[in-house]
Amino acid sequence: MPYTVPKLTNFSAAALDSAVRELLSALEQESAMVASENDWKIYRDRWMARKNGVLTQLNDLWLKAAPGPSKKEVGQRVNELKGKVEHTVEATLARIQSGASSGKLAAERLDITLPGIRRPLGAEHPVIKTMNEIVSVFRNLGYSVEEGPEIETDYYNFEALNFPPNHPARDTQDTLFIVGQESKVLRDRLLLRTHTSPVQIRTMEKMKPPVRVVCPGKVHRNDAPDATHSPIFHQVEGLAVDTDITFCDLKGTLDHAMKALFGSSVKTRFYPSFFPFTEPSADVQISCIFCGGKGTRDGGPCRNCKASGWIELLGCGMVDPNVYGFVDYDPAKVSGFAFGMGVERIAILKYGVDDIQLFFNGDVRFLEQFG
Amino acid sequence: MKLSPAWLRDFVDLPIDYRRLADELTLAGVAVEGISGEGESTAYEMEITTNRPDAMNHYGVAREASALYDLPLKAIEPKLPAAQGKSDVTIDIQEPELCPRFTAREIRNATIKPSPSNIASRLQLLDQRPISNAVDATNYVLWESGKPTHVFDLDLLEGRRLVIRKAREGETLKTLDGVERKLTPEDLVVADAVKAVGLAGVMGGFDTMITEKTRNILIESAWWDPVTVRHMSKRHGLHTDASHRFERGADFESTVLSTNRVAELILTSGGGTLVGDVIDVVARKLDLAPVELDLREVYRILGEKLSTLEINRILTRLGFTLTAGSEDRYLVQIPSWRLDVEREIDIIEEIARLHGYDKFANTLPAYSGEVVEVADAQKDARLRSSLLALGYSETISLTFISKDDAKRFSTAAELDLENPISDEASVMRTSMVPGMLNMLAYNLNRGTDNVRLFEAGKVFEASGEKSVELKRIAMGATGNVNAEVVHGLAPGAAARPLSFFDLKGDVEQLLAPFAHWTFYFDSQTADYYHPGRSARAVMDGAMVAQFGQIHPEVAAARKLKQDVFVAEIYLDRLYQHDLEAVRYEPLPRFPAVERDFSFIFDDAVAFDKIRQAVDDLEIEELRSFAPVEIFRGDKVGAGKYSILMRAKLQSRERTLRDDEVAQWSAQITKALETLGGVQRA
Ligand SMILES: [Zn+2]
Repeated sequence: MPYTVPKLTNFSAAALDSAVRELLSALEQESAMVASENDWKIYRDRWMARKNGVLTQLNDLWLKAAPGPSKKEVGQRVNELKGKVEHTVEATLARIQSGASSGKLAAERLDITLPGIRRPLGAEHPVIKTMNEIVSVFRNLGYSVEEGPEIETDYYNFEALNFPPNHPARDTQDTLFIVGQESKVLRDRLLLRTHTSPVQIRTMEKMKPPVRVVCPGKVHRNDAPDATHSPIFHQVEGLAVDTDITFCDLKGTLDHAMKALFGSSVKTRFYPSFFPFTEPSADVQISCIFCGGKGTRDGGPCRNCKASGWIELLGCGMVDPNVYGFVDYDPAKVSGFAFGMGVERIAILKYGVDDIQLFFNGDVRFLEQFG
Repeated sequence: MKLSPAWLRDFVDLPIDYRRLADELTLAGVAVEGISGEGESTAYEMEITTNRPDAMNHYGVAREASALYDLPLKAIEPKLPAAQGKSDVTIDIQEPELCPRFTAREIRNATIKPSPSNIASRLQLLDQRPISNAVDATNYVLWESGKPTHVFDLDLLEGRRLVIRKAREGETLKTLDGVERKLTPEDLVVADAVKAVGLAGVMGGFDTMITEKTRNILIESAWWDPVTVRHMSKRHGLHTDASHRFERGADFESTVLSTNRVAELILTSGGGTLVGDVIDVVARKLDLAPVELDLREVYRILGEKLSTLEINRILTRLGFTLTAGSEDRYLVQIPSWRLDVEREIDIIEEIARLHGYDKFANTLPAYSGEVVEVADAQKDARLRSSLLALGYSETISLTFISKDDAKRFSTAAELDLENPISDEASVMRTSMVPGMLNMLAYNLNRGTDNVRLFEAGKVFEASGEKSVELKRIAMGATGNVNAEVVHGLAPGAAARPLSFFDLKGDVEQLLAPFAHWTFYFDSQTADYYHPGRSARAVMDGAMVAQFGQIHPEVAAARKLKQDVFVAEIYLDRLYQHDLEAVRYEPLPRFPAVERDFSFIFDDAVAFDKIRQAVDDLEIEELRSFAPVEIFRGDKVGAGKYSILMRAKLQSRERTLRDDEVAQWSAQITKALETLGGVQRA
């Protein structure tokens, strides 16, 4: 039913509002139907023809009919409508001239359910991602980052870390050695670092306290590769030495770091361990992130923590005074702590990876899961 | 290592159940890793740290429990019958440094038979195989108090004497495991008047061992130098319960007690008589120096004030003796079984662990130092994020390669491993390429045909006596670009094979942020690259990258079933350059004019020459001069190519006039013609 200009009898504001709304809605609807220049001419004439166009009718049926007191308001409204009609008619022409007719648009419709054209993004390696996360926790605590060589001397990997020559603790390191070192004195012999702890020594050699560093990096062990062993893996080592650092500070720092890494509900538990370069030494467990420390999950024992509710995560301790002797720090004046954690172990926990070899064979099917 | 919690009850009256005991021992540093069995046959799987040989037995763990729960520890007191007569066995210690103490005791007319069930079952619970009452007695004592002892068939010892000496050159000894061992003067042996009868602290001799026929027994309990035992154990590949303990340090004062305890067990089960007193030869006394303990130091290290009462209680239960000195100082006498405790800090650790680590507060230290960035952190991060954005996934490959690969992919002097994991991993990598090719092959062999990977890492080179570590990035790519795109989805949407220029574009993107004076590409690449499809990037005269298709022969040798592309970025050289400092440049206010040039050139004219010729015109208003389209084919003729190039001209000061633009265009056209170019109609 095409629009016709109604005769107005009621000139109240509400009645005028309603009449204007009706007219504008008709204007838009008819504009939308215009698909060609011919359509548009008809549309234009219908609304704007001097003879009997809608605008002309408005003059006759609304303005002239309006009683004296309403004349001014009706006049204003008719003027506004005139502007809107002219604008819409022009816009309608612009639209059909641009080719954006509804028919054409319909013909250009795409099946938007087809997949988009993606530019592939590379995936971060889960171990490096995890290592960066650990480092960033400590950077936020004011730690600098230090790096060191992967091929070390016996001195930095062992001796200065208080592993005396012939000490049984060396056996636990499964060291890979470089050939042809026999002619050198023991401390100069080259080996692949078995931990990132040598960076502690290198840092203290070049820096006086206060020292706060984290040392991320690759380490090597003589372990044949299988699901749980790899000859290469990564560690993040930390060291803080100052005039009054205590065992309580060590505990607080690592408790904070574990909460930052695994969530604020994680609890930590410290118990005695042995590392030649720290004393007292401790191992740190966190409450199992899979069963919330309960030891049971899905009605059975939690496999991730062997039902203990705890997962062992890192080693730490107060820096052994003997170590200070190697770097010319005065153990009577300074104290500090060191800690080290295996990055693969943490990544395995976080992502539930069941075979450490997946980290090192470059399998895209694995890597893409971390993109 | 297994221990029986029920056995612990011989020495301390534990009021708690075995599970809780296991947990609390662990938290005090005597780690129980697992529990098996129930009731009397409960067994703990222990993980005792290498510094605590004193806790590798029941009595030692009972002592820990006594300190932990503040309970009395019952002493081991062998009840022996009165000895008869005198023993004429003599002990001759010729190496007092390596064997400061040797204790022995003689038993006559004992009967060798299976152990009584209480002994046998305890050993069995620890996975120890009962052998005979005399041998089991030594084993029982080892697990009871940690002291390794040995029993000889006295009648098989020649000369009724034991000599502790270095082995003679060419001397041999058949050890208890039946292996005939060649000895050297580096070995320390227990010998009779004629021959070696035991490898000191490691294993006894086969020919003098206890058999069913044995009647007369000599018990040995000695203290051996830890380093000597460790060397012998390694040299002979013989790691025994005895060597494990001796090389970590045994209790010097326990030789007599352990000898007597073995004697008691043998006499109880096998009868016989004790002959003479214990023979205890001390060649050198091993005294542990007392340590000064300052309670203020305890507070300084641990951060919490513990009561003097508690500190006293803990240390006393562990066997330390405290003598109060001035102020907060104590002199602490170290028990003979704690060779690991030598310094004040060692005592502080004892206090901390028995107080309980978890009872200490968690605090965060104040800090006044500055935070320093790793030198190249920003550059590393920039390259890494670009590589990820370019679609390369991050990888880590083994740091080792094969000797063949080291030779094939590098000319650097390599570092070989003394004890490699395998031949394929016997050399420190001198190149990142073999690892990258292996990863590409790994994917292709598993049906992943479109692969883009990168690895940031180090290569290793020998430089005289030293090693040099150089940072590198390797990139690897194979397969299709837009592999996932639905063909025909949008105009031109289709997968296409990856090309040299895809890789070059990626390398250009990666190198672009680095400031330099000169930069060019040439084709002088390593011989493992396709000679016609590889390039090196030279920045200020130094090669910072080389890349391209891998030589088909190399690809074939590695069974790569499709073309693969590799790039190497030499970070040690690239990082000589700073990242370009970003400075805002005002946007142009006047319009740019573009002019196209369509030419045909001989293949010999590389685009670099064309660009150089145009650059040499030094037209200040020339903003860019870039190829837009390349065409080769019949229409152009063999050995030639058609190229459409676009010049963009723009001034910062004004709108360009038509006559100026025409003049520059003519200059460019002439330069191109001088290079042999023929303008297309
Ligand atoms: Zn759990």
